[in-house]
Amino acid sequence: MADIAAPNATVLAAGSRSGLHKLMQRKSTIAFLMALPLILLIAILVAYPAGYAVYLAMLNKSMSKFVGFGTFEFILKRQAFWDVVYQSCLFAISAVIFKAIIGFVVAHFVHNIPAKGQRKWRGMLLVPWVIPPAMSTLAWLWLFDPSYSAFNWIFAHFGISAVPWLGEAGWARFAVILVNIWAGAPFFMIMYLAALKSVPEQLHEAAAIDGATWWQKIWYVNLPMMRNIIAITALFSLIVTFANFDIVRVLTNGGPLTATQIFATWAFKVGIESGDIPQGAAVSLFMAPILAIAAAFILRNISKRGSEV
Amino acid sequence: MANAAIAAGAAGRPIKYRSMSRDRQWAMRWSYFFLVLFVIFFLTPPLYMFITSLKSSGEISAAKNPWWVYAPTLSNYTELLGQNQYLVFFRNSALVSVCVVIVTMVISVTAAFALARMKFWGSATLATGVFLTYLIPDSLLFIPLFKMFAFVRDTTGIELMNHWWTLIIIYPTLSVPFATWIMIGYFASIPKELDEAALIDGATWMQTLTRIFIPVAMPGIIAATIFSFTVSWAQFLYPLAFTTSTDQLVLPVGIVTTLIKGDVFNWGQIMTGALLGAAPPLIIYAFLMDYYIAGLTAGATKG
Repeated sequence: MADIAAPNATVLAAGSRSGLHKLMQRKSTIAFLMALPLILLIAILVAYPAGYAVYLAMLNKSMSKFVGFGTFEFILKRQAFWDVVYQSCLFAISAVIFKAIIGFVVAHFVHNIPAKGQRKWRGMLLVPWVIPPAMSTLAWLWLFDPSYSAFNWIFAHFGISAVPWLGEAGWARFAVILVNIWAGAPFFMIMYLAALKSVPEQLHEAAAIDGATWWQKIWYVNLPMMRNIIAITALFSLIVTFANFDIVRVLTNGGPLTATQIFATWAFKVGIESGDIPQGAAVSLFMAPILAIAAAFILRNISKRGSEV
Repeated sequence: MANAAIAAGAAGRPIKYRSMSRDRQWAMRWSYFFLVLFVIFFLTPPLYMFITSLKSSGEISAAKNPWWVYAPTLSNYTELLGQNQYLVFFRNSALVSVCVVIVTMVISVTAAFALARMKFWGSATLATGVFLTYLIPDSLLFIPLFKMFAFVRDTTGIELMNHWWTLIIIYPTLSVPFATWIMIGYFASIPKELDEAALIDGATWMQTLTRIFIPVAMPGIIAATIFSFTVSWAQFLYPLAFTTSTDQLVLPVGIVTTLIKGDVFNWGQIMTGALLGAAPPLIIYAFLMDYYIAGLTAGATKG
């Protein structure tokens, strides 16, 4: 096919250079028009609001005066802000680490069992990822209920006193992290399983012949082969978990007091519920540097993969 | 293939073969054991939702075993589905999701074709920009969008706040970038000879797209469609910020804000509502699992 097409193209190019030029021009015009809805959507509803947020954050509370970085300075002096920074980082980092470990381990378990049963197990393990997070968090809220907690009922049978799941700062933080792990681990599992399937079987055979134990096979064969996917998935999940809103909002709404407040929920509370739009915009903008760093790493990884292939 | 390799090795060294197969069997047994534990962990909340949805409020507040249904009843389902409010939430969610899917697919398929095949000035930058847009979370944009809506009202008189159809305008910002990214990946994998042949035969670019690319990239299109649907169905922050009247709410927000009244939690109904709300994505997932997985993981495997 290519052999036939190529001579034609050269004939065309030699025959009418100006005609071809015109065609190229037309082609790029059509292409631009086809991409125009996408460009407009991104420009009007993503790029413009992002810039507008910076402007909004520089106004005073009644939005009548330009105050520059005054709002940012004010936020930086609030203890509540530093609590939010600490909690957002704590939740995102610990949840992503556990998601990655669980995802890696479970992917290996699924990979170990016979191929024809894998589909069924994979299907069951992915359910948390399919249920909309706002809905599944409601189930967790009910499981953590102060007076009817089903977990506490089980604990009571073993003589363990009732756990104040959402009532005490430490437990509430644990609960938020647990729900994050529950909702996010299946995504890691499926990504790592795909990566695991792409590790050539010959490598395992070679390792087995060299007398490698199962642990050595995982550590020296699977892990290096999956490194890229592990990094991309973790960074990606870091962004999603860090900017997450649904889980904390439904589970604790930032409480008790502000013990589980994170950037997204605090920005919502300040900006929408209390009506202080400049401060809300400023709070959400503090997420940007961390997101940008993660995004830069993802882009670097993806382009690196592109050049490898 | 692995079995063949082991069998070949077994012919020469039977002892090695036996130990390897025993290792493998133990690995399998342990794998099953831990898989059962993880499945229990992952399925407990949805299962508990289902258990609670079958209970009357009397049984929920009784100090009995919460993990068992003593007197199963469908009253929560009949009450909820007989209630106009819940059906309105469901209708709003369905309308928003279907419209968003259509808008998303039209925008992203044409744009992906242009970006993957018909390079133009700045097209490479735009492709990267699309991916970056996907990484901008909703929690960064809802405040400026909130203010922009007020500005639109003040200048043009069009009220965007507190209408379910406003969501059709803003949800594509969440679904289009990723759908475009999926489609760029699929289109790029189609051999160049195919569209060259079509162009030589006199097809226009539009015809090449509709007659060749769309049929060939059908798996990608299904995956992107499912992805857009799931994103619009599950979105929580935008409707919570932009809609307030009960007749304008979509499902997730409707359940959270109307079924929870002050300190009175009607857990039977909340769990029923949440379970029914989770049903559409779960049903799609049950029937189209492979497309579903392909769609939601393509971002990191392709590109």
